[in-house]
Amino acid sequence: MTKYIKQGWLVVLLALAFGAALAGVNRALDPKIKLNEKNATYDQVPNVVPGADKEKTQPVAKNVLQAFDKEGKPIGWVITATGMGYADQIKALIGLNADASKITGIYILDQKETPGLGSKIATSKWNSQFIGQPANEPLSVHKRMTEAQKQEKNGKIDAISGATISSKALTDKVVNPAVAEFRTALQAGEMTKPKEVETK
Amino acid sequence: MAKDGPTSLERFINGILPENPVYRQILGMCPTLAVTSCMKNAMTMAAAVAFVLICANLVVSLIRNILQPHLRILVFTLTIATFVTIADKVLAAFMYDTSKQLGPYIPLIIVNCLIICRCEVCASKQGVVTAFFDAVGNSLGFALGLATMATVRELLATGSWFDIPLFWKEGTPSETYRWSLMGLAPGAFFTLGLLLGVANWIAEKFAKKQTA
Repeated sequence: MTKYIKQGWLVVLLALAFGAALAGVNRALDPKIKLNEKNATYDQVPNVVPGADKEKTQPVAKNVLQAFDKEGKPIGWVITATGMGYADQIKALIGLNADASKITGIYILDQKETPGLGSKIATSKWNSQFIGQPANEPLSVHKRMTEAQKQEKNGKIDAISGATISSKALTDKVVNPAVAEFRTALQAGEMTKPKEVETK
Repeated sequence: MAKDGPTSLERFINGILPENPVYRQILGMCPTLAVTSCMKNAMTMAAAVAFVLICANLVVSLIRNILQPHLRILVFTLTIATFVTIADKVLAAFMYDTSKQLGPYIPLIIVNCLIICRCEVCASKQGVVTAFFDAVGNSLGFALGLATMATVRELLATGSWFDIPLFWKEGTPSETYRWSLMGLAPGAFFTLGLLLGVANWIAEKFAKKQTA
């Protein structure tokens, strides 16, 4: 027994010392890391719901935030949606206007699509075409749309050339189901009293 | 071999070029291949490795005389894991975006053989000062290795360096010349293979010159 203590005391001592050091580091940095995680979503709220105030944004349900303008008037909703892309899960924020009739913006939080092709779903140059699209019916992806067709905003999304699968994944597996689910919940009256739900 | 081994200065210089971790020792290949698609990620990784390597070398060198030989790898791993976790937390707190991009590769520094190699070869045998200079030299060598890889790959894949667009800019017709493959896994292997070849060729020339 003494042989083991003689040989192992340093390992035990180091383990204790390092453990304590890590606990200290975690205690000091954890609040900041949590805040970073929260901000990653909240910072984007004004980008997907124009005019929204980041500080006034409130969670109303799992994966749903309600956006308010500076005067505290509700002006829209932000849904966090995930779905399978070409390579891995795509995680996106979808902004909707107050009556959830139109999409006001989209932001990709996380994607691992093919760099240079599918990764273009994260560029505002491509995904800005979601802005103004109707939310009451599922959007559909089409190839080679003209500039004029894109401006019609009739629920048609132009596919990225060379990345139709990624374009369809974002539209069919991320945006459409999340928007439909949210609208059903909204109509059922599950999103009406944000401040009471917030505590849950 | 003399008991003292190479001096601090020799260790420092050897770490940078003659025994470059990436091109001569072929150590730390996982980050070399995985995070060199752009300079920013590569340099963050190099800084994290430098921090872990210097701290681990110092601690191991300090306790080298009371270390049980058959328990040394256990102690090395324990020490390295501690500093890697600290580096990971600091990155998540202060460089959240980069930390998210690097994903699992920061925690994976624990199994970066470069660090355990330096602990074994230098820090567990030599004094604190030598161990420190050995760590700094090898960190610089590792950073140099990652920087050369990342420069080639980022330039070819996106036409930018440190996220500064140089050519093949976004929105211009030349955008189509981007060699996206270089930013992906195959590009990492191509680049490493070619650069290793270049490094060997230079080393051979250098060796011939010395013997001649």
